[in-house]
Amino acid sequence: MSGPNPSKVDEVRRYLIGYVLALALTCAAFSAVYWPSFAASTTLAIVFAMALVQMAVHLYFFLHINLKKSRREDLQLILFSALIVILLVSGGLVVLFNLRDRMM
Amino acid sequence: MSRSEVKHPGINLGDADAPTYEEAGDNVFGFWVFLMSDVVIFALLFTTYGVMLVATVGGPTPASEYKIVPAFLETLILLTSSFTFGMVSLAMKHAAPRAQLLGWMALTLVLGLAFLGMELRDFAIMFGDGAYPTRSGYLSSFFALVSLHGIHVFFGCLWILVMMVQVMTLGLDARVKINILRLGLFWHVLDVVWIAIFSVVYLQGLIR
Repeated sequence: MSGPNPSKVDEVRRYLIGYVLALALTCAAFSAVYWPSFAASTTLAIVFAMALVQMAVHLYFFLHINLKKSRREDLQLILFSALIVILLVSGGLVVLFNLRDRMM
Repeated sequence: MSRSEVKHPGINLGDADAPTYEEAGDNVFGFWVFLMSDVVIFALLFTTYGVMLVATVGGPTPASEYKIVPAFLETLILLTSSFTFGMVSLAMKHAAPRAQLLGWMALTLVLGLAFLGMELRDFAIMFGDGAYPTRSGYLSSFFALVSLHGIHVFFGCLWILVMMVQVMTLGLDARVKINILRLGLFWHVLDVVWIAIFSVVYLQGLIR
């Protein structure tokens, strides 16, 4: 299903599965906020978890990125970009929140 | 042997068009490098937004400005357009009739424009409420993040239009095919960025 030469039916099915999963995750996150049934922090955790899963769904089903069969440089670039993003975002948040605390 | 591997992100042409498939590897990889750098820019704007969230200076707040239903509909529209672009890629790969390929492209274009129309309407309502970028740090970071994504979608729509013209005038030669592969990556990555915006900006702002 993930090589360069799957059958056309398999390829259409792959996009359809991705589409249905993405819709389900979006609707789940939406309903968690629209009909609040948990504490705010739990709802936030649910929303963020759904978002992460949905990004993985998009990467796998729409962008065809696969841990095993992708070309090595592609995967390394994704992992490197993820590392940069984590460093910049977490470092930036720590520094700027700290700065704000000290300014208040 | 080399045809049995996945050469680049996104759909691979494989045996459907072996010469272009061989050529696409490096071309598409270069574009993937650009997309990853774009993702880093968005990540930094998300960081800025997170830090600026409390800086409302007594003005509009996320809870007073965001409307969950339009944001949800925009998400559904963009999701559907990602799927229809998948169908564009498949129609291109499997040499479907030209009308079918152009039809899926036109549908994706219409969905992209519908998304932009709804987003502009949201912005117009926010401006009407006095929520404009210079009002507060929070609103500056909001508009920097969300309208940068909107500008990407706008150029994506323009690109779809250009590709439709290329398909009609040049036909599906190797360059047009590789351009459509790159456009597909661009469109799908924009959708991933929007998922982050929908969750981090809209849903987080509306949690009670």
